[in-house]
Amino acid sequence: FYLTPSQVNSILKANEYSFKVPEFDGKNVSSVLGFDSNQLPANAPIEDRRSAATCLQTRGMLLGVFDGHAGCACAQAVSERLFYYIAVSLLPHETLLEIENAVESGRALLPILQWHKHPNDYFSKEASKLYFNSLRTYWQELIDLNSGETTDVREALINAFKRLDNDISLEAQVGDPNSFLNYLVLRVAFSGATACVAHVDGIDLHIANTGDSRAMLGVQEEDGSWSAVNLSYDHNAQNEREVERVKMEHPKSEEKSLVKQDRLLGLLMPFRAFGDVKFKWSIELQKRVVESGPDQLNDNEYTKFIPPNYYTPPYLTAEPEVIHHKLRPQDKFLVLATDGLWETMHRQDVARIVGEYLTGVHHQQPIAVGGYKVTLGQMHGLLTERRARISSVFEDQNAATHLIRHAVGNNEFGTVDHERLSKMLSLPEELARMYRDDITIIVVQFNSHVIGAYQNEE
Amino acid sequence: AARMFLRLLSDIQWRAAHPKWRRMTSSQRSTSTTAEPHPVSLPAQAQVVICGGGIMGTSVAYHLSKMGWKDIVLLEQGRLAAGTTRFCAGIVSTARPVSIELKMAHYSNKLYQQLEQETGVQTGYMKTGSISLAQTQDRLISLKRIASSLNVMGIPCEIISPKKVLQLHPLINIHDLVGAMYVPEDALVSSANVSLALATAASRNGVQIHERTCVSHVTIQKGRVTGVETDRGRIQCEYFVNCAGQWAYELGHSGEQPVHIPLHACEHFYLLTHPLKEPLSSSLPTIVDPDGRIYIRNWQGGILSGGFEKNPKPLFTEGRNQLEIQNLQEDWDHFGPLLGALLRRMPGLEALQIMQLVNCPESFTPDMRCIMGESPTARGYFVLAGMNSAGISYGGGAGKYLAEWIVNGYPSENVWPLDLKRFGTLQSSRTFLRHRVMEVMPLMCDLKVPRWDFQTGRQLRTSPLYDRLDAQGARWMEKHGFERVKYFVPPGSDLLDLDHSKTFYKPDWFDIVGSEVKCCKEAVCVIDMSSFTKFEISSTGDQALESLQYLFSNDLDVPVGHVVHTGMLNEKGGYENDCSIARLSKRSFFMISPTDQQVHCWTWLKNRLPDDSNLVLEDVTWKYTALNLIGPRAVDVLSELSYAPMTAEHFPSLFCKEMSVGYANGIRVMSITHTGEPGFVLYIPIEYALHVYNEVMNMGQKYGIRNAGYYALRSLRIEKFFAFWGQDLDAFTTPMECGREFQVKLDKGMEFLGQEALWEQKQNGVYKRFTMFILEDHDTDMDLWPWWGEPIFRNGRYVGKTTSSAYSYTLERHVCLGFVHHFDEKTGEELVVTTDFINQGEYEIDIAGQRFQAKAKLYPFSSLFTQRRRKDEVELSGYQRE
Repeated sequence: FYLTPSQVNSILKANEYSFKVPEFDGKNVSSVLGFDSNQLPANAPIEDRRSAATCLQTRGMLLGVFDGHAGCACAQAVSERLFYYIAVSLLPHETLLEIENAVESGRALLPILQWHKHPNDYFSKEASKLYFNSLRTYWQELIDLNSGETTDVREALINAFKRLDNDISLEAQVGDPNSFLNYLVLRVAFSGATACVAHVDGIDLHIANTGDSRAMLGVQEEDGSWSAVNLSYDHNAQNEREVERVKMEHPKSEEKSLVKQDRLLGLLMPFRAFGDVKFKWSIELQKRVVESGPDQLNDNEYTKFIPPNYYTPPYLTAEPEVIHHKLRPQDKFLVLATDGLWETMHRQDVARIVGEYLTGVHHQQPIAVGGYKVTLGQMHGLLTERRARISSVFEDQNAATHLIRHAVGNNEFGTVDHERLSKMLSLPEELARMYRDDITIIVVQFNSHVIGAYQNEE
Repeated sequence: AARMFLRLLSDIQWRAAHPKWRRMTSSQRSTSTTAEPHPVSLPAQAQVVICGGGIMGTSVAYHLSKMGWKDIVLLEQGRLAAGTTRFCAGIVSTARPVSIELKMAHYSNKLYQQLEQETGVQTGYMKTGSISLAQTQDRLISLKRIASSLNVMGIPCEIISPKKVLQLHPLINIHDLVGAMYVPEDALVSSANVSLALATAASRNGVQIHERTCVSHVTIQKGRVTGVETDRGRIQCEYFVNCAGQWAYELGHSGEQPVHIPLHACEHFYLLTHPLKEPLSSSLPTIVDPDGRIYIRNWQGGILSGGFEKNPKPLFTEGRNQLEIQNLQEDWDHFGPLLGALLRRMPGLEALQIMQLVNCPESFTPDMRCIMGESPTARGYFVLAGMNSAGISYGGGAGKYLAEWIVNGYPSENVWPLDLKRFGTLQSSRTFLRHRVMEVMPLMCDLKVPRWDFQTGRQLRTSPLYDRLDAQGARWMEKHGFERVKYFVPPGSDLLDLDHSKTFYKPDWFDIVGSEVKCCKEAVCVIDMSSFTKFEISSTGDQALESLQYLFSNDLDVPVGHVVHTGMLNEKGGYENDCSIARLSKRSFFMISPTDQQVHCWTWLKNRLPDDSNLVLEDVTWKYTALNLIGPRAVDVLSELSYAPMTAEHFPSLFCKEMSVGYANGIRVMSITHTGEPGFVLYIPIEYALHVYNEVMNMGQKYGIRNAGYYALRSLRIEKFFAFWGQDLDAFTTPMECGREFQVKLDKGMEFLGQEALWEQKQNGVYKRFTMFILEDHDTDMDLWPWWGEPIFRNGRYVGKTTSSAYSYTLERHVCLGFVHHFDEKTGEELVVTTDFINQGEYEIDIAGQRFQAKAKLYPFSSLFTQRRRKDEVELSGYQRE
């Protein structure tokens, strides 16, 4: 079985999406030029989600990737709801009041977010009322709490993450009279999702990360080469600080059982996540909710199963780690991606591939023989490889697609091998997950001119 | 390292030079870049100043001094042979498709061979031979055509099998080859050293050479060169020679009065390697693989290989002067495809180590032919540049011809294909040049089939009817920037197929043109001939008539309203132009010449007409649209449109009259067709063009009118034995040699240019004769078609070449036109060609190595001039000897 290049392309491009920040008077005053995003499923259905939106009542743009596990319900809910929680957390007191008054008097609401969605990115209609009520409760509390201080982005992000996770938990405990919704909120709570969210406002870039997705900044050095700067820490067993944190939060007696086989309680890869109430609720609460829950939940072995060595919950939190970065003119792009990408590619390669893609092949470093001993054959091989790289650039109009092509199709020489790409993409559903994970990528391109102008102002 | 390499490549051996500048150069070699004080000051005046110390400049200096001119100064802005000449690959190759280029290369080869002995400067001359490879049958055909013309020139050359290629050059992969052409006498040289040798010899002959002297501009007064301004002062001179290579364009534009030299530089890359483990022999033949776009020569035990890529990189479009060509960037990615082709051709070289990729800009011209000759706007301003990467092959011959041009007023060969005056100012746009050279450079290797056309720089000059004709299926070609219709594709034909058909055999348009010809013969066709050059000459008194009587060979003192076909001849009686002149009034004339005569004819007349403000010469080409109505029903169409009787009694042949056609008045109608068919040409002021065209087409419907193109015209004129200037006629052909004595009035009562030469020919006979050949055993469907330049054999001996050919739909045979010479069997001396000599021979035409029997005729088939003869009658008369 062999896929033609055009079949490969139609698979790779099925979920690609691009957004360009509109220009006014021929000028784009935003620090963001636009973004490209794409997903390649390995699971059926895909468990990754992505979101992108512009904040309408405050400045800034939100982008995020969400990697679901034990189903896609939690990732779906987070992808729909988290940005509203963040946006609300960022709103000044007066705006919150205005919105509340509008809802109260049945007037039209101020729009809060403008979404940039691929047609496949859906919102669940059934739960919108429920989600809205939870959100409204949140802003009502914010109004009551009125601190009077201007909102700090870091704090807003942390609050929003924690609040949403709390709401997910509460909704599952309370349940819903509508049996569909009741089952939905339970599925959301019992599944899990990591989140890696970027908030860009002018030259202020905040990354809030929960779990093992990753944010990476692409920096162009003075000599034109590309380097990668991590803007998030993975929350997993490879992160020593994270292991330390978990150990600190639990009695010493549990030290050995907390992390087994690089997994939390021997089960969970990410050390922070939304949902996953099995790692958050007490055993009693879990049992009560499952028993009173619908039959489907009861029949599910996974939900009934209590993790081993489960003594002092919660073991898991959705609290994000926030990194603030002031953008510089040499910061050309940001890559947000789920671990499916980072498992297959080193960030340095990601930076180079995206960098070369965005700046065009012309900036490919020219080859000079200089004093080196190079044979005609070696040079021919090198040039052929460079041409192949260029031709794969021309196939893609989307940086994320281009990256996926490399992630899946790269051979040992770092060039896209069509045969390999074809094989990887034609794997049957049940095998696909063994060779690769869901991949979700957002590549945000920055506007160096605007960033440079900001810098000069400061 | 780069500098070291340059030394290696050029390997300059500097010996016994002229003392004045030997001192200078030898000291500069040791202290490469520091500016030296100039030990010798520039002379205040000289007869000739040559700008450019490359192969062209030194060759011109060499030949001028050989011809006895001594008062010559050669100026070089950097150092001798430091530009393209230094970087040039040094391949002397005679395999050139254009005959004059072939002659130049052949001469260069002979010159270089003895240059070391003559000058004592080592030139690195090595007779290695060259092999041109063919990967396809079509390529092999084109090589066979070249081989035919080399052989008749006496240059050894053979078509060889792939196996033979392997014997000659063991490294070559021959699996994809169908054959090759071997030219054993082609050579390699160090081009810089050849240039230095020429400089040395010139210097010994008295030429002054000054390096590091920059010409800022040339001063021109009253249309004559008066001197040059340099950064070291002014030199007064009579002649200036622009040999500035890729800077020639800029130099031409530097003065107040620009001299347009249409050329543009492109980057050109070649690769140098270290020696092979077993170093390559220096006598190994040079390989040219046009299908792979590369050439490969041995170089110091390794190889030198470059090529002509599909995507060239033009440079210096904005003009960027620099002293010498600095080492431009190597661009391996750009060279990649050529490297691939090299390794496919010589897979054994994989492990060979690279030394350097050299980037050497070359200048290219709009038609792939070099530029030589005198500026049309400044007398004494000569140019030799734009070598299209064959500078070393042409250098010797081109320098010789230009020197002859300066000394004798014209070279010893017809160099019209290379004459600067074939271009107008219109080819001088930088955008045009940039786009065109990007097409030209890949064309160096592309297969060129008969009647190929350039694709870039088109739709520059068009007739007002362009869109109308285009909408009716016109397919276009270009001449002198003017779009002309080849033929009209009938609705429903496969257009794509037609546009891409490339063949040496019967072309796809065969039936289309056939039906246009048929319509010309039986009904009436319209051909837009607006591109023809049109001049008006008028005066207050008899100056116009008197001047024209001197400049033209026919008698122009004819009644008003008559049209005269006449040659514009040079002193030797050769055709500088062939035109039709209508006497509009006692004192004004209207002159029609071929399209590419616009600059040449203008210059010729301007330089020879008396300086008289009452005599006015005006170029009115752009003022008139010309419609040629060809066919027996043309007379009906025109008389219906004008309400005037147009029959032969009222409007005889060779007659001109202003009349109204449709609503439009003042249309100049002439009873000529340029084909020998009955019909008229209408010269229409352009604002009436569309109206008259519409009227003609509407009225013509009932007579079966249709559009036709130049291919139909060609077929008609060639079967009628009509010679065409630029194709058949040139400055070395006289009316006597092409059966046109009737257009010469030796006794018209006054002297005219060329008269003496023609008298002599009349008395002593001619040395070549324009002859028509009808191919006998040629199968139109299966055999290769003739084009032009095919050798003609008489009784098995070479006697000349064809100049044009066409399929005659009437004779159902191919017709070739060409010149027959009479070479003495023993001495090769040219003898008088008599009618008997022509008639008493058995002829063959060589098409790519295959010979076809041909019937020679000195006069056209009279039967073709009468209408509606039965076919068998035509055949019968065809076999009667005149």
